[in-house]
Amino acid sequence: MKKRKEALQGATDFHYENFLRRSRYTSVFLVLLAAFCVITVLNINTGNVDISIPKILKIIFLREGNKMEYNIIWKIRLPRILMAAILGGALSLSGFLLQTFFENPIAGPFVLGISSGAKMVVALTMIYFLGRFQVVSSYTLIIAAFIGSLIATGFILLVSRRINHMATLLVAGIMIGYICSAVTDFVVTFAEDSDIVNLHGWSQGSFSGMNWSNVKVAAVVIGVTILITFFMSKPIGAYQLGEAYAQSMGVNIRFFRIMLILTSSVLSACVTAFAGPISFVGIAVPYLVKRSLGTSRPLIVIPATFLGGGVFCMMCDLIARMAFAPLELNISTVTSIFGAPVVIFMMLHRKKGN
Amino acid sequence: MGEYYFHLDQLTVGYNGKPLIDQIQVGIHKGEIVTLIGPNGSGKSTILKSITRQLKILGGKVLYEENDLHKLSYKELSTRIAVVLTERMRPELMTCHDIVATGRYPYTGRLGILSREDENKVDEAMRIVHAEELGSRDFNAISDGQRQRVLLARAICQEPEIIVLDEPTSFLDIRHKLELLSILRSMAKEKGITVIMSLHEIDLAQKIADQILCVKGDHVCYYGTPEQIFEEQTIRELYGIENGFYDPRFGSIELPKVEGEPEVFVIAGCGRGIPIYRKLQKDNIPFATGILYTNDVDYQLARLLAARVITEEPFCQITQEHLREAIKVMENCKKVICADVPIGECNKGLEELIRAAKKRM
Repeated sequence: MKKRKEALQGATDFHYENFLRRSRYTSVFLVLLAAFCVITVLNINTGNVDISIPKILKIIFLREGNKMEYNIIWKIRLPRILMAAILGGALSLSGFLLQTFFENPIAGPFVLGISSGAKMVVALTMIYFLGRFQVVSSYTLIIAAFIGSLIATGFILLVSRRINHMATLLVAGIMIGYICSAVTDFVVTFAEDSDIVNLHGWSQGSFSGMNWSNVKVAAVVIGVTILITFFMSKPIGAYQLGEAYAQSMGVNIRFFRIMLILTSSVLSACVTAFAGPISFVGIAVPYLVKRSLGTSRPLIVIPATFLGGGVFCMMCDLIARMAFAPLELNISTVTSIFGAPVVIFMMLHRKKGN
Repeated sequence: MGEYYFHLDQLTVGYNGKPLIDQIQVGIHKGEIVTLIGPNGSGKSTILKSITRQLKILGGKVLYEENDLHKLSYKELSTRIAVVLTERMRPELMTCHDIVATGRYPYTGRLGILSREDENKVDEAMRIVHAEELGSRDFNAISDGQRQRVLLARAICQEPEIIVLDEPTSFLDIRHKLELLSILRSMAKEKGITVIMSLHEIDLAQKIADQILCVKGDHVCYYGTPEQIFEEQTIRELYGIENGFYDPRFGSIELPKVEGEPEVFVIAGCGRGIPIYRKLQKDNIPFATGILYTNDVDYQLARLLAARVITEEPFCQITQEHLREAIKVMENCKKVICADVPIGECNKGLEELIRAAKKRM
């Protein structure tokens, strides 16, 4: 402590400034972690069956308790909570990457139609596989969603090459979203009865019905992607100054752009494959995280966005489950209620800033 | 050919495979300041983008210390060439210090964390451009002049051997223009950094550049020292000036003279005529003036603005012939203005002209 004080006194204003920044980052992370813990406990605690906190701790750490409560926690609530956290984080991060790529703060997997593209291909794949083999593996769904994401992204890229205008890009994305959703609805309408139950809930977006094997697959795929993303934070930082500057700093632009598209597509594909399309998280969370950190430095924003997205989605899932229990809301309904106002605020704020 | 440090050899540049300018042949020595001038849209930026590899070159070569620039990796290139571009960027939530620090990119590790040494380099770069006090300010919240200085600091911090700047002085007021250019000047001369830039202000180009490249639409029309380039006719052709004048000696710009029979005669000399010429010019009145020595400052302006100038050889007594001519012209004018010209041994003849003027009244 003493040492630090001396170091601070000797340093210039800059370095004091740096110290302030670091404290700010630390406190944001601490708040997010605390929120994470609180919401996790709340999430496990609440539901149609109330289980007291001592009992929960016993069940989780000592793995003892009555059979029903044990099953509720281990088979239903825990996987669902973890999934909400992982997928929420992935979705937010995917949004951050897309915003970097398009140099547009309102870009995100949902508004650009990427989620809908993934949804369409997943729906087609599900119907095909369920009709033939009665089962679909998680990996197949992820690959299907990934292909769907890439198709939608490819289309957006074609449009953006011709017209690089923020509003036009969003309109194109929303149109793609509608087209893909229309195709999905069409397919769902004509699918066999047994498929529909499955598809309908999913195509509206939901974290329900997650099991441990889903969690494992999602954790592995998303974990690896996030690690790659984290190591891309240096070129992402350069890219924030614009393509030309990034190149002059030694970034291989072509390779970097491909990596950005691939990682953001994998992330949003994973989310769509497991939980269906979820709106606004990808735009609102990165924005809120950057504002609270007071920086857009990727090295810090990437982990914070992931954590923030996790917390946000867990909270929304809790509300989706509990608001009108025993009825369950779509997750998108809740994320829209919280996310859309943030986006509107962002747009108004930006106008003022200009 | 090997004697040049940076060499554009038969270079062809353009967009999307369409050549815009070809056969560019330019040799640059280390520590020189090379300025590209030419009308808007003539391809200055295209050349700059091509030599920094943002655009593919369509023919010829760019040689850097005899290596083909397009064979270097982006990483190698980044430690040699830094850029300051015209594109306005709006980075989110970045302080000026953050912006300058991005210049350290080629030198930092995998995650781009700045070492103490990097921090010191950033501080030093900020000092060179006199922007120390801007460190913690948001980059979007500072003025254009400050922004250009911060971007220059960013380039300096990249420790390049060549800095390429695309119109660095646009948007700047005169004080900031001078400040920026003098920083560049000292960088080039003290640190041996080669500066290649485009400028709008030809007068400034003449004063700062060691070599000037005139770009006109489809070809490079001249390349040479300012003394070779700055002939009135060259500039006239380059920019297609039809209205007005450009005086290459002082880099001043004048609107076209008022044509017609002179209505006012100005007796001037020793710089006393200049404010009167300007006033008449603004009021759109054609005028004649005299008797001016051809080395008089008044003459430099009079030859551009006056409908008629009566001159005398430097350091000679005014001849009767010229005096008669002046009186004749004066008699055809409606008005005579006598500026407060000092009269000495040589220009005694003016006294007679003034007497003639008084007689007319």
